[in-house]
Amino acid sequence: MAGSQEIRTQIKSIQNTQKITKAMEMVAASKMRKAKGQMEKARPYADKISYVMSHLANAHAEYDSVYFEVREVKKRAYIVVSSDRGLCGGLNNNLFKKIIESTVENQNNNIETSYSVFGNKAAGFFQRIGGEVISQSTHLGDHPQIEDLLGTIKSTIDKFISKDVDEVYVAYNKFVNTVSQIPTLDKILPISPEDSDSANSEYAHYWDYLYEPDAKEVLEALFIRFIESLTYRAVVENIASEQASRMVAMKSSSDNATDLISELQIIYNKNRQAAITQEISEIISGASAL
Amino acid sequence: MSENTIKLNIVSAEEELFSADVQMVYAPAEMGEVGITPKHTPLLTKLKPGDVRAQISESESKIFFVSGGLLEVQPNAVTILSDTAIRESDLDEERAKRSEQDAKQAMKNSNSDMDLVKAKTELLQAAAQLRLIKKLKGKR
Repeated sequence: MAGSQEIRTQIKSIQNTQKITKAMEMVAASKMRKAKGQMEKARPYADKISYVMSHLANAHAEYDSVYFEVREVKKRAYIVVSSDRGLCGGLNNNLFKKIIESTVENQNNNIETSYSVFGNKAAGFFQRIGGEVISQSTHLGDHPQIEDLLGTIKSTIDKFISKDVDEVYVAYNKFVNTVSQIPTLDKILPISPEDSDSANSEYAHYWDYLYEPDAKEVLEALFIRFIESLTYRAVVENIASEQASRMVAMKSSSDNATDLISELQIIYNKNRQAAITQEISEIISGASAL
Repeated sequence: MSENTIKLNIVSAEEELFSADVQMVYAPAEMGEVGITPKHTPLLTKLKPGDVRAQISESESKIFFVSGGLLEVQPNAVTILSDTAIRESDLDEERAKRSEQDAKQAMKNSNSDMDLVKAKTELLQAAAQLRLIKKLKGKR
């Protein structure tokens, strides 16, 4: 029979772990709220820029941009958005699985694949398994500034412009609600006109903007910002997903700890009872022997 | 919307800064400062770092600092997509280089050919662990 003292120590240690998981759960819950707030705040910009894009699609600009160029796909690039830290359930793994699946599919179609990486977890993953990584940014923290993302985004866009890659996707965990985050691949390059709901016939008359200084320069600045805003959104959404997933994982481990403790408590009580019974019967048998 | 006001929206990638009807907007366009009144021709231009001034009424105006961005004008609406970061093309170049270097540094010790088998096993293991945890939990 396990010693009572040992069970006591075990209960203590599980209680300590539970304190940590409970604290992490609460921290994740509050961080998730903040991340959701950041998502909301990013929305006006995204809305406005796709509104400008949709105007543009109807404005019949005389300038054909490389950003819209649909080429035969020889190489795809994925911008992989992952979390910096672990202990968030299967979040990152589900995303990597999705990416590996599409990598295999690409391979079967003779399409090469390369990656750009946000977050420690994806960086570590590609470090272990190899693969062509264009660029990476890690340690973005809980409140990434768009500034932190620019380098990686630019080097990926540059690859597209120099025709090294023919399509660019962003892979992240879409935040549906607290219990559901879906690994998602969104195509961001070439920009497809449907993205900016050009079907809106309300604007479908013939006009164009005045461009200052000239169309090419202004539109390129606009397209780059459009892509950046899509990527920024993915990063922010992934953070909300990370916190939600961590919250759920920590909640279930706290629950597990409660179960374990109550089980151990019963064993401990039985043990104690058995010891007392034994002691009594020893005393009685000792007394009756006199 | 009244006849002589124009809807002004100032947004940055990280938040909405301003949204209201105003009488006139002054903005630091790249070719020089522009003043925009209602019913302006559609215009799209880049902004340089500077002050955007919104004339809310005869006596009231508000000033915002933008570190560059884009200005879009429709006859009844002005949208300013403000940058939060200072954007100079060589600065962007530098950022890009840095993140490429980071990647190179990190990938120094690994193969550029992806080890798909290893990737799959790793993911399967992780999935199996999660399944096991769930199973153990269900038993109790």
